[in-house]
Amino acid sequence: MSEIPADRRYAKSHEWVLNSEDGVVTVGISDYAQESLGDITYVEVPGVGDTLSAGDVFGVVESVKAASDLYAPVAGEVVAVNEALDAAPETVNQSPYGDGWIMKLKVSDPTEIDALLDDAAYAAEVA
Amino acid sequence: MVDFAGWEMPVQYRSIIEEHKAVRSAAGLFDVSHMGEVDVEGAGAQAFLNQLVTNDVFSLYPGRVLYSPMCRPDGGVVDDLLVYMREPNRYFLCINASNIDKDLAWMREQAAGFDVTINDRSNDYALLAVQGPRAETIVQSLTGAKLPILRYYHFQEGTVAGVQCMISRTGYTGEDGFELYHASADAPALSEALLRAGEPFGLELAGLGARDSLRLEAGYPLYGHELNDDLSPIAAGLGWTVKFKKPDGFNGSESLAAEKQNPDRRRVVYFRTGDRRIVRPDTVVQDASGADVGTVLSGTLSPILGEAIGSAVVPSTAVQNGLHVDIRGKSFTLHLVKPPFVELKKSS
Repeated sequence: MSEIPADRRYAKSHEWVLNSEDGVVTVGISDYAQESLGDITYVEVPGVGDTLSAGDVFGVVESVKAASDLYAPVAGEVVAVNEALDAAPETVNQSPYGDGWIMKLKVSDPTEIDALLDDAAYAAEVA
Repeated sequence: MVDFAGWEMPVQYRSIIEEHKAVRSAAGLFDVSHMGEVDVEGAGAQAFLNQLVTNDVFSLYPGRVLYSPMCRPDGGVVDDLLVYMREPNRYFLCINASNIDKDLAWMREQAAGFDVTINDRSNDYALLAVQGPRAETIVQSLTGAKLPILRYYHFQEGTVAGVQCMISRTGYTGEDGFELYHASADAPALSEALLRAGEPFGLELAGLGARDSLRLEAGYPLYGHELNDDLSPIAAGLGWTVKFKKPDGFNGSESLAAEKQNPDRRRVVYFRTGDRRIVRPDTVVQDASGADVGTVLSGTLSPILGEAIGSAVVPSTAVQNGLHVDIRGKSFTLHLVKPPFVELKKSS
């Protein structure tokens, strides 16, 4: 059974969004996603300053098994990326909700966050 | 678990990369019971096998193991296999799981005119492989067989943890190790005994995923990738397994000799990229001018090197011509390497 913290929202494509009050959200992939991918060998992150629409491909997570696109759960401007993943992509396996975060977005429309799945809905999605 | 040739098999137990590293630094236990086993016996067995495979079966003696491709007359590979000589007129083959039916049909067809019987023993045997620098210590703790004098590519009968085994000093990882053929019913007892004996030495269960990355790091071909119906042992860089001087000829001898003389023949090359992005099978390989010249056959991240490694097939004439691949819009040079990619410490 994978871990699904209640403090954040989820996309059907297995990204999570953690909202902090300043209009900036942190984005990563779920425990379920990292477990399905297996050993993560490479994470391709977007450029700081990139503008994303909801649903845009913003990066790739590669494992020994497969390469999977990452989709922006909400629209916004990339204000930070987790550069530590370059040397240590396995951090996403070890800490998908913490040190394994992928990018921070300044959201354009905060109502898009509310439209995402809550923990219960996401748990039903991956059950 | 994945379906592999009808067997439900684990790709990984814990982590492909951790299992891989355990085999290189300590030991791994692989359940490879899916592999096929065939008895080939009779007064004509030696002559039959020497016609069937490209390597020289006459070089065997009881207790010796031989690796060989098995080719069609056109040089394409039906399978690659191990030939074990038990005693004169009694041989044992280990073949790839996905090829069992095809191989048996082919061997029976080729056996016409030879005094030989061919028996599929695949369901009778289970196969456990203990691989890694601590393999000898672990297996020795469970057997009276004198493992220090059992040399690489040799085997002997014996008991391991009380289970009757063919103890073979072979493997598919590039490390020292043993492959233990035994009755299927004994597999649970033997695997539990090996795990218990191996625990103090860092033995880990290892799955199909680690088996694949270990063999690729060692530069060993995998049937269906570097060898297939259309890729010969000459193309695959296995010329050392094709003994053109065998006096009675063999399946594929003429086609393979002609292929060897062709300066424009296709060639399997091994590469690394210096980057962590995995170059997946079927990726197109281009030359310096941007022309498509080949295809990637295998690709993974080397857990030891921390960079992408793989194999590709290209025309010989393209090998020195700036080979590169495109991954998601970015170009990567293929740095060609004569495998193994890492230093191996096989027993000699």
